Amino acid sequence: MMYAVLCYNNEEMICGWTREQDDAVMAALTKAHDKWEKAGKLKPSIRLLPTSAATTLHKQQDLVLDGPYAETKEALLGFYIIDVDNLEEGLAFARDLAQANPGGAYELRPIQLYLPGAPIDGAYATDREYAGDKVPAK
Amino acid sequence: MIDQAWIEAALTSSRPQAVAALLRYFRDLDAAEEAYQEACLRALKNWSANGPPRDPAAWLIMVGRNAALDQKRKTSRLTAMPDESQVSDLDDVETPMAERLDHSQYRDDVLRLMFICCHPDLPATQQIPLALRIVSGLSVKQIARAFLVGEAAMEQRITRAKAKVAGAGVPFETPGPVERAERLAAVMQMTYLVFNEGYSAGPKDEARADLADEAIRLGRLLLRMFQAEPEVMGLLALMLLQHSRQPARFDANGDAVLMEDQDRRLWRTKLIQEGLALIDKAMRHQRTGPYLVQAAIAALHARAMRFEETDWAGIDALYATLERLQPSPVVTLNRAVAVSKTKGPQAALDMIEPLGERLANYFHFHGAKGGLLLQMGRKREARESFDRAIALAGTAAEAAHIRMHIDRLIADTEKRA
Repeated sequence: MMYAVLCYNNEEMICGWTREQDDAVMAALTKAHDKWEKAGKLKPSIRLLPTSAATTLHKQQDLVLDGPYAETKEALLGFYIIDVDNLEEGLAFARDLAQANPGGAYELRPIQLYLPGAPIDGAYATDREYAGDKVPAK
Repeated sequence: MIDQAWIEAALTSSRPQAVAALLRYFRDLDAAEEAYQEACLRALKNWSANGPPRDPAAWLIMVGRNAALDQKRKTSRLTAMPDESQVSDLDDVETPMAERLDHSQYRDDVLRLMFICCHPDLPATQQIPLALRIVSGLSVKQIARAFLVGEAAMEQRITRAKAKVAGAGVPFETPGPVERAERLAAVMQMTYLVFNEGYSAGPKDEARADLADEAIRLGRLLLRMFQAEPEVMGLLALMLLQHSRQPARFDANGDAVLMEDQDRRLWRTKLIQEGLALIDKAMRHQRTGPYLVQAAIAALHARAMRFEETDWAGIDALYATLERLQPSPVVTLNRAVAVSKTKGPQAALDMIEPLGERLANYFHFHGAKGGLLLQMGRKREARESFDRAIALAGTAAEAAHIRMHIDRLIADTEKRA
């Protein structure tokens, strides 16, 4: 089973960390990651930039607003990782998706740190089946 | 589990909002600060025992307000002292009051608090300490260290500044859009002043260098409040991009390293990424302002992996825009540096020659002029400019940098002699 583990904390506090504090936390996390990555169970991990760097496309009205998606009625249902030239191209991607699947919003939040982790389709992967879907293995 | 470090970080990050709201209640800076202090003391005890509140700022506001009212009642002989168990019971305070707090006032509260610190009657030397004390919550000792003055002297400076703003009567009504924009502009300028205090600090002057981080924190706070304001994005991006170069700006001896000689691998990519993302966002608004243009210039430097790859034509164009938005001889001087790269030193020299009178006492003018003259082989004149620059150097690092040029010139002359 694959899980997305979503990380929540008080952003104002995290942004207030000194560089030393931040480095210390990242070092501790890297240590914690290590065991799981070696076991092939840690896949990509991502640290996002602060919400102030986010831009949100509200699909229905094709409305682009600065800042994160702040409504609490909707739930986070999924996410994409894209590698584009700039925000405009990112919005073009989001608009294409919106055409296919209207309703709700896409928040575009720049990624600060992308660690690929153990390959998803690599040496550690084994054949797995769940919910009728075959997960590709090596 | 809740540790001391978490509590301290939560108190620090809640401070602007909490003090700002308390200021609205009490309409008095000292009263607001005292109430906040009291709330912090109670938080230290309460949070370690009962766990952290869901909304630390809301907790501090409510508890601070109650504590102050409680104190008032206690000292007033007209009212009977309320039962201690009633007034100090904090357990049930949190959940209902977090909902009741009016978050819509948050933005104007914090803006007002920050704006009070940049009252036009206050010189920058008072604005910055006042903001650091009141908004950031730095101790007088920390601020005194940053400004290399004694604690008592700094205490006095802050007290004097407070007295001045107390009489200034900043209105507590919700500001109109024009007034809000004016307040924001003043606060942005003050934030950038704080940043420059930190940025201009030498490598061994850590207390002052920390002010750059503090300014970035204030910038983030502003952007959270004004999410769609491209100039706020620009200001934060500018500070992030300039600060990203920090680890490369001084060598092992503590001497300043010119941008062209900096080891760019030391630049902090994390800050660069955030700065670039903010500029990208701001560009969508198609509304250019001075901070955004300056950030875009810093971005062109940040994007160049090597100095030789710097987009000088782009920088020239951006400085031309900045000249239009904010005409100043200093901007023209900076533009001339870019022009010297694209069109050569003579074109740059022609550009700065007319500024000589207005920038007669400006260190960077003589330093840049000396550099251009040197490039053209006009060594005697270069030496004159460098001598003038060194006499005007404001910091040891600036003087050392010019000294290096002069020493090279002297060595050069001796070699030929």
